Amino acid sequence: MSNFSLLDNELIPNHEILGEDEMRSVLKQYNIGKEQLPKLKVSDPIAKEIGAIVGDVVKITRNSYTAGESLYYRYVIE
Amino acid sequence: MSVTSVIAADTYDDDGYPIDMGLMDLRLGVIDPGLKCKSCGSRAGECPGHFGHIELVAPVIHVGFNKTIRKALRSICWNCSSLLLEEKKKNEFLVQFKKLKEMGHLPDTLINNIFKEARKSKKCPYCGESQREIKFEKPSDYVEDGRKLSPTEIRDRFENISDDDVRVMGMDPGSARPEWMILTVLPVPPVTVRPSITLESGQRSEDDLTHKLVDIIRINQRFQENRDAGAPQLIIEDLWELLQYHVTTFFDNEVSGVPPARHRSGRPLKTLTQRLKGKEGRFRGSLSGKRVNFSARTVVSPDPNLSINEVGVPLSIAKHMTIPVRVISRNLELMRTYVSRGSSVHPGANYIIRNDGKRLKITDLNRDELVETIESGWTVERQMQNGDVVLFNRQPSLHKMSIMAHRVKVLPSKTFKLNPAVCPPYNADFDGDEMNMHVLQTEESRAEASILMQVQENILSPRFGGPIIGGIHDHISGLFLLTRNEKMISKNDALELLKKSEIRKLPEPVGYDDAGEPYWDGKQIFSQILPSGLDLEFPAEVCSKCDVCKKEKCEEDSYVVIRDGELIMGTIDEKAIGAFKGKVLDKIVKKYGSTAGANFVDDFTRLAIRGVMYTGLSFGISDEDIPEDAKLNITVNLEKAEADVSKLIAAYDAKELEALPGRTLAETIEMRIMQRLGKARDEAGNTAGNKLGLENSAVIMAKSGARGSMLNLTQMAACVGQQAVRGERIRRGYAGRTLPHFDKGDLGADAHGFVKSSYKSGLNPTEYFFHAIGGREGLVDTAVRTSQSGYLQRRLVNALQDLEVQYDRSVRETRGVVVQFKYGEDGINSTKSDFNKPETMHKIVSSVTGKEVV
Ligand SMILES: [Mg+2]
Ligand SMILES: [Zn+2]
Ligand SMILES: [Zn+2]
Ligand SMILES: [Zn+2]
Repeated sequence: MSNFSLLDNELIPNHEILGEDEMRSVLKQYNIGKEQLPKLKVSDPIAKEIGAIVGDVVKITRNSYTAGESLYYRYVIE
Repeated sequence: MSVTSVIAADTYDDDGYPIDMGLMDLRLGVIDPGLKCKSCGSRAGECPGHFGHIELVAPVIHVGFNKTIRKALRSICWNCSSLLLEEKKKNEFLVQFKKLKEMGHLPDTLINNIFKEARKSKKCPYCGESQREIKFEKPSDYVEDGRKLSPTEIRDRFENISDDDVRVMGMDPGSARPEWMILTVLPVPPVTVRPSITLESGQRSEDDLTHKLVDIIRINQRFQENRDAGAPQLIIEDLWELLQYHVTTFFDNEVSGVPPARHRSGRPLKTLTQRLKGKEGRFRGSLSGKRVNFSARTVVSPDPNLSINEVGVPLSIAKHMTIPVRVISRNLELMRTYVSRGSSVHPGANYIIRNDGKRLKITDLNRDELVETIESGWTVERQMQNGDVVLFNRQPSLHKMSIMAHRVKVLPSKTFKLNPAVCPPYNADFDGDEMNMHVLQTEESRAEASILMQVQENILSPRFGGPIIGGIHDHISGLFLLTRNEKMISKNDALELLKKSEIRKLPEPVGYDDAGEPYWDGKQIFSQILPSGLDLEFPAEVCSKCDVCKKEKCEEDSYVVIRDGELIMGTIDEKAIGAFKGKVLDKIVKKYGSTAGANFVDDFTRLAIRGVMYTGLSFGISDEDIPEDAKLNITVNLEKAEADVSKLIAAYDAKELEALPGRTLAETIEMRIMQRLGKARDEAGNTAGNKLGLENSAVIMAKSGARGSMLNLTQMAACVGQQAVRGERIRRGYAGRTLPHFDKGDLGADAHGFVKSSYKSGLNPTEYFFHAIGGREGLVDTAVRTSQSGYLQRRLVNALQDLEVQYDRSVRETRGVVVQFKYGEDGINSTKSDFNKPETMHKIVSSVTGKEVV
């Protein structure tokens, strides 16, 4: 199997699976359902890497030139 | 849906009255004034029209569904009409449909896959019949194993498909069944859709659709009669074909393989599809793009004496453009004067709308009477006059600054006039460009336009957070000439320079001349239009970018220092007031607001034009002259370069040349030659540049950023340099050589497009030829780029047009799906940012504390 992590590449921002509580608070903050989040396919290499399954919400922390750090969320679909 | 069956192939009877159950039946709606609709009772204009129908004697295929019919026919069993898939497969597909629906995706690809999958079956899994090959023959024939299927047969097969199978085929049997793609009844569009026109001769001219419907009814009748009379099968089939043809061309008169139905005159009929399709069709012609009233278009020309917020409108246009004003007791007298002037004396009024809603044209005949009768509640359509708000636009409207609100200034010219400082957002020049003007008609639209769209509100561009409106060309050279060096400007000249600004007092003079008269310098004059309290420091465009900037000690006076609205030192150029770059302009808009920004632009455009006239600025052939010794120097240097190239070639031929890493020898020699020749051109440029100082007008324009570059000047005065195609030396042409003047395989500089001459000295024939080759690439490039970027823009706009920044600063599309959680990752409105740089906070802190922060 692979002997390196995709996340080690500096161009790939950090991905982590959100816990139930945090996910709920994110959905509440934006007043949306999971379906209204941007999507991420389970077959996406990064989803495989972090072991996300369908129904998970993945939190992405990106470095930003102007904002320092910016958060993004994606809903894992088939 | 249908209000009547249509059976008569006629429209009106001899008295001109619509025939009952004919194509103009009164139940289908009314178009003639005076008649009442038999369906809804309304009169012409109010009645929306109502559909009728024609019962077809035999079913025909709807051309628009040929693709779907073909796919459906191939994927069902000819015997039992089952969808040719195992039960398990069907259920799988149904589950996939549900999933797609949940995610809000379109099922198109899935449906295609299902049809593809079903077609693979050679044998029906339900009745066991082996399946036959179905060929589609244009325009609407289906041939199964050499036998043509009649529409009746196809319809029968489709009728037998079970509701469950219909669902797997991606249709909802409750609202659409496959057999509906074969028509048995034809809807007759309401008469309001196909109105007839009465010609001047009193003759009626029918719409193309009506003509087509007449054809259909006639054939339908003949078909019926022949069948009832028991005509031979051959004749029946011919009539059936004919009916199919007429129904087909009724829907679409441009189907490939079908000769278009023509008018008696030979003109092809415009039927349903033709009404919708193409540039002049309903979508592109009538819905996305419409011709509008209250608009004008003409050539634009510059007028630096106008404010950037103004637009000069020709008197002849102003007389035609009107604005509705409701008459109230307080403007009654004013409206009376407008009406009494009529339409020929500006500012007058062109139309009047009475209380009963009747609109009257004001003429010399009824004018006096109207003045007497006008009262509160009427509306006067008065002519446009100074100060009215209009929208001004130049195509291609690529960004929001392509349409801005201006205030009207009526002028006795024939062109629209605008301040050249607003050319950059419109991307306008004055080589014949035309622009459009739209007159706003309501108080609300005027308020909205002047708050959101007025030019001064768009000085800062959301693209880069800096000014997109600003000085160009002569504005820059004018202020450059004015603020450069210490000038002695007499009182008369100082007042002349500033006379168009709101300046009423001159500052203390810098000194007195021999005659004891006071004088001022250019920096002082410029300072008069700066707002007090403005502090700014930056290197100017002319700054020679020394390794360590000497700042205040700069000998070239190219470090600008402004303290409390006073230009202490430095020269004003593109970096200070130019569009895109102007720092002074940027700071004034951000610190003092858009009104102050607009005033500053107005002031400096007027001052600059007077400034450039004060010194004068002209350019001629003699400005490209360089001294004899410099010329010699350049020739010697170029010859040396050519000699070096020859040496390189000799080394290459002797295989002594060492290849650069990752390059072949051939590539290496090309690169080395290009390098050497590039260096030679630069040296020539420098030699010429050193001889041409800041007293040369071309140098002034290039260094101040007004127009042109030092490269342009180099090419004019010293050496044009290497001509290139796709970034390489020119290699195309004859076998083994570019032109017959050279030996085959010659790698020399002149054989591959190096132009030693300058534009001033003139090119020799081979150089001229190479120059044309290189120049053509540029032309082709621009042509290709504009079409490509236009397409790209369309795609982007289509994809992004419905996205919206919400109050929580997230970006969402219409379904509420989040696209960005925070607009642009940082939630910053780039219009309000400082050139999109994150260091804005540092600037604020340093402006308050006066200390540099890191
Ligand atoms: Mg032009
Ligand atoms: Zn009606
Ligand atoms: Zn079957
Ligand atoms: Zn400097």
